[in-house]
Amino acid sequence: MAGHAVQTAPLVELALRMGDNCLILGHRNSEWCGHSPALEEDIALANMALDLIGQTQLWLGLAAEAEGRGRSADDLAYLRDVPAFRNLLLVEQPNGDFGRTIMRQFLFDSWHLPMLRALQGASDERVAEIAEKASKEVAYHLERSGDLVIRLGDGTEESHRRMQAALDLLWSYAGEMFAGDARDAEIAAAGLAPEPDSLRPVWRSHVEAVLAEATLAVPQNDYAQKGGKSGRHSEHLGFILAEMQFLQRAYPGAAW
Amino acid sequence: MYAQLVKTDAARLRTLDEMDPQERAFQERIDAGEKIEPKEWMPEGYRKTLVRQISQHAHSEIVGQLPEGNWITRAPTLERKAILLAKVQDEAGHGLYLYCAAETLGISRDEMYAQLHSGKAKYSSIFNYPTLSWADIGAIGWLVDGAAIMNQVPLQRCSYGPYARAMVRICKEESFHQRQGFHIMSVLAKGSDAQKAMAQDALDRWWWPSLMMFGPSDDASVHSAQSMAWNIKQDSNDALRQKFVDQTVPQARFLGLTVPDPDLAWNEEKGGFDFGQPDWDEFYAVIAGNGPCNRERLQARKDAWDEGAWFREGLSAHARKKADRRMAQAA
Repeated sequence: MAGHAVQTAPLVELALRMGDNCLILGHRNSEWCGHSPALEEDIALANMALDLIGQTQLWLGLAAEAEGRGRSADDLAYLRDVPAFRNLLLVEQPNGDFGRTIMRQFLFDSWHLPMLRALQGASDERVAEIAEKASKEVAYHLERSGDLVIRLGDGTEESHRRMQAALDLLWSYAGEMFAGDARDAEIAAAGLAPEPDSLRPVWRSHVEAVLAEATLAVPQNDYAQKGGKSGRHSEHLGFILAEMQFLQRAYPGAAW
Repeated sequence: MYAQLVKTDAARLRTLDEMDPQERAFQERIDAGEKIEPKEWMPEGYRKTLVRQISQHAHSEIVGQLPEGNWITRAPTLERKAILLAKVQDEAGHGLYLYCAAETLGISRDEMYAQLHSGKAKYSSIFNYPTLSWADIGAIGWLVDGAAIMNQVPLQRCSYGPYARAMVRICKEESFHQRQGFHIMSVLAKGSDAQKAMAQDALDRWWWPSLMMFGPSDDASVHSAQSMAWNIKQDSNDALRQKFVDQTVPQARFLGLTVPDPDLAWNEEKGGFDFGQPDWDEFYAVIAGNGPCNRERLQARKDAWDEGAWFREGLSAHARKKADRRMAQAA
């Protein structure tokens, strides 16, 4: 269970992958602030963004510590460029309408929760501790996003149509969560995380159950867009970073 | 002080002897410091004034999310981002308590939104100014929330129960907001020359609009006199403004910043500062819709509402379907 039992590099990679997902999805959710369709949704989205930014601090803090190069969580968030980011393509996709934002959240949460539960058994205690804390928050995220997918899918004709369109659009970004690469193999070999593909059955069965209740059709095209985990992103991430990192880039070395 | 120029419909303040027995009994309860609760009898003017005041306050909270929300995605550190998110989430929560408090007076949230969107209901003039730098986030917390607290602390003791109780929760959070704003300013004031300049520029732009938040002098206002008689306003606008200036000027000096008022001077005799008047023409222009951001702010709220219609209708339709299914099962 001790930290020294694992190689540093896979630990850093895992922490970056987890942290960058939280950071970028938290950023996207926070873009809704003051613009969502109901006051309760403004509150819920800000709350979820806040959870995700809190988790970012933990994961990137761990990555910085494990890397041992004197960088902080803020340095990792604010001073890396696009190719160094390790988040899934799914979380950087634009918000679109509120339905697309909810669907993106649901597809992600359905992976995030089982992933965090698996990470509670990681060979590194720090990973297990962060996963335990985060999984409590994410259990609530999943409950909420799944509930909204059901209500909107099985709502009006228009809400159904919008949710189906969101699902069809985002489906091709879901496969990346389960597509293992060489780094995933190292991470798994170090006992830090499960092989990505092993989470697919639990994800699939949960997603299919919710979509069935939502009267939404599971898309047939399983082609997966990949690249985010290894730093090959969509065009969108550069704009997110340009906005997010603006002050740190414009005033190098300043304290805030 | 998120409610400004709240009208009461009163032509003049009436004495107890001029009131009918029911109204007189009501006024005597207020004079005795009792709380009025939703189901109890109240004069129509009291009810209408409270709806105006509370809804204006609620609208200010939700429109107020916009200028600050601007900087969540650009907050300079993860911690600042988390604090700002928490703050803006609090503002939305305040809006929710306040809409609920107003609903106890017989108006729905949808009706209040419609009044906001049509321009019939106002929100605080301060949120029609732009947030141009990170220091503006500090200045809003320090000055704008600081000014709001001046008025909201006494409102915790106001005569209408639901409003007073909402204010208790709100005040706790506002003082945290004020402190985080001051902390942002103090870090900037101790920072690089560029950061100091950013802090001074924010104070220069937010100082006068913050003084305007209290509204013009209302010593001669029948509306204010009536609101005070009803104990839904406790202090005059000038008294609150004086208190704000007296509290804030030493803080600005502590930060090493200059308050942009050439007339500012300590007055030993009154034990407070003398200070200049804000540009009231600008204030009325902003109230009339001509502030730098009025159109954008209101349009953002209307767009959120209009573009979210399908979402709200979807949820309602689902709730109806679910109820129908339950009925069918029970039958």
